[in-house]
Amino acid sequence: MSSETKQILTTDGIPLEVSLKKAERRNKIKAFLLVAPLLFFIIITYVFPIGDMLMRSVDDKMVTEMLPKTFKAMEKWDGKELPEEEVFAAFHLDFIKLVEEKREGKLSTQLNYTKNGFKSIIKKLRRKSKSFEEGNYKEQIMAVHKRWANVEYWQAIKRRAPAYTGQKYLKGMDMFKNESGEIVSVPEDRRIHRVLWLRTLEIAFFVTVFCFLMAYPIAHLLATLPMKYSNLLMICVLLPFWTSLLVRTASWMILLQQQGLVNDFFVGIGLVADDNRPEMMFNKTGSYVAMTQILLPFMVLPLYSVMKTISPSLMRAGKSLGGTPFVAFWKVYFPLTIPGIGAGCLLVFILAIGYYITPALVGGASGTLISNQIAFHMKSTLDWSFASAMGLMLLTGVLAIYWVYNKLVGIDNIKLG
Amino acid sequence: MIFTATNVLNLKIISMNKEFVKFDKVDKSYDGKVLVVKDLQLDIAEGEFVTMLGPSGSGKTTCLMMLAGFETPTHGEIYLDGNAISSIPPHKRGIGMVFQNYALFPHMTVYENLAFPLRVRKIPKDEADKKIDKALSMVSLQGFAQRMPGQLSGGQQQRVAVARSLVFDPQLVLMDEPLGALDKNLRESMQYEIKHIHESIGVTVVYVTHDQSEALTMSNRIAVFNDGKVQQLSSPDELYEKPVNSFVAEFIGENNTFAGEVSDISGGKCKVKLANAEIMANPISVKGKGEKTTVSLRPERALINPSDKMDNIHQGKIEEVIYHGDHTRVRINLLGNSEFILKVPNSSSNLDIKLGNEIKIGWNSEDARALDPK
Repeated sequence: MSSETKQILTTDGIPLEVSLKKAERRNKIKAFLLVAPLLFFIIITYVFPIGDMLMRSVDDKMVTEMLPKTFKAMEKWDGKELPEEEVFAAFHLDFIKLVEEKREGKLSTQLNYTKNGFKSIIKKLRRKSKSFEEGNYKEQIMAVHKRWANVEYWQAIKRRAPAYTGQKYLKGMDMFKNESGEIVSVPEDRRIHRVLWLRTLEIAFFVTVFCFLMAYPIAHLLATLPMKYSNLLMICVLLPFWTSLLVRTASWMILLQQQGLVNDFFVGIGLVADDNRPEMMFNKTGSYVAMTQILLPFMVLPLYSVMKTISPSLMRAGKSLGGTPFVAFWKVYFPLTIPGIGAGCLLVFILAIGYYITPALVGGASGTLISNQIAFHMKSTLDWSFASAMGLMLLTGVLAIYWVYNKLVGIDNIKLG
Repeated sequence: MIFTATNVLNLKIISMNKEFVKFDKVDKSYDGKVLVVKDLQLDIAEGEFVTMLGPSGSGKTTCLMMLAGFETPTHGEIYLDGNAISSIPPHKRGIGMVFQNYALFPHMTVYENLAFPLRVRKIPKDEADKKIDKALSMVSLQGFAQRMPGQLSGGQQQRVAVARSLVFDPQLVLMDEPLGALDKNLRESMQYEIKHIHESIGVTVVYVTHDQSEALTMSNRIAVFNDGKVQQLSSPDELYEKPVNSFVAEFIGENNTFAGEVSDISGGKCKVKLANAEIMANPISVKGKGEKTTVSLRPERALINPSDKMDNIHQGKIEEVIYHGDHTRVRINLLGNSEFILKVPNSSSNLDIKLGNEIKIGWNSEDARALDPK
């Protein structure tokens, strides 16, 4: 009897489930073929690059491959005193090979990331090593420069032995693994990244707050005004959206610079003295103003789409039941807009935290963000693995925010339009 | 004399304030060009159930919104219990309101919805709980307090909306087409339910609808709106039996009309000359000879094979017969009106109702009301 209820057969005697799968297969294949181009596009342009970035940020094979014999010899070394002759001999062999292949420059760059001062002593070593005699390499190398006799430099080389390393991530947090393998912060006067991270969070947070404060009334107006006015207002909101980002940023530079229109106006109405014009550009203020303006539509649109669905009779009901206009707003209207607020804030915050062009142009020294630092390492220092590490830290941060948001509000509650 | 519930209520009304709600010469215009409400004069007694009935755009909802405080009169004043209320904001009027689409707060439970008006009035929690229980049991929704509105059916949501509008004991409740979104059966049962609630707690209700059967079922009095004016304000039976103009006659119930001219008027009766015949009618809004008029006659007041006592007996040809179960609708070409409708009750008497038959139709001149021409 139970088998009867377990399996339902079609009239041909094929189990219903099998028959259903067969019937659905064609549709499934069709659907997959439709999304396949996008899927491949995403894999090629998104999944691979991020995977590559992850690899690059921890990959330290370059030095490992350049000094294979040295690292093999170093395995027995305890890292406290200067290494034995064996290590120096191995290093010499590796180094000769690198010089032949003209790769010793790369080695010096890499080692210099770990400890400053390698560049010059490697150059010197290259010159002197040509005239090295066989045997007793320790003495000969140490004689090249006094740093070669300093155990710290050998410890620095040893730290580059593993093929994979998390040191770029530590560097991104202004920390490093010291000689004894402990994770410590760099001296206070050399901490640059922590300040940048904090500033990035601070600017992203305040830009989100400013956007919210400005967008809420606009979105409310948009949702409640009669069609002919709301369309006009909508165009006003979207017009900047359709203008090039560079044009908008450049126009802020024209407006906010010291000899700019806003300052002229302030001087004109006597708010500030002509010789004491405030700096509103190339600092944090510039970043705040320009980013808030540029990101505003991302807050307005989700809020608008949510407010549009709230029936005006709800506010009326709130008032007719005895709530003052404020109570009706706060207890009835506001809670219903939370999905829009969540979506807008999440969108603006995530966009702001990775913002690049605007802060680069108007941020000056005190208004640049972590993304500008990443770009700096991509373009100027060519330390791509460090740039990748910071990029991944940023990505992780964004995912963490998304996760927290999902826990607090629930991602299903988001309404983007 | 039998004291039915309605009679008791009517007696009660007499002893109460007859001008509990008063519209005094109220005009309303939205654009400064068109008056949507014109010179409205309307008194509603305490404890009364008054329905504003009319086609869409007739100004009835505007009147309700002015009473609730969401619209301000362009001219004139509205009084509630003797006090002018035009300058009082909606939340201080203490008027309960049921909205067309329920307007339940979707993010609050049923309990919280009902608690809202009590909380803003700072009523202590235990007292509020008692009131909420009472209100929910009134609409037979005990046990639904912790549900969200989205988990309720349309009818249940409507009950919650009614309970919410009553929970803070307002003296006046406004209902704006509250049953419009419900299906027919549910609508009918809700009509009775609202009527019983009104009778049991004696609150004054102003109800807006465009559904005439709803209005006839529920109201003490009905105000028929058209073109921004109250066309007639009277009890349901009077409205149906004695419409004062042809709009009301047309709008309420079914109606057969003859357009003609008064040829004689005497002794409470008048002769109306049609294109090719003459009928006797009851002069309601005609005063003298030569006036144009529309004569209105309810289908159920005309009989087939009438007795000779009736003062209107005419011959007509059956054009269409539609079977309705309990009655049969017969369309007859009578005196040049091919849309003349008769309702023949389903009975065992064997009437000769067949397509194309010539039959005799008769009615009393009293029932044929000579009204204004359309």
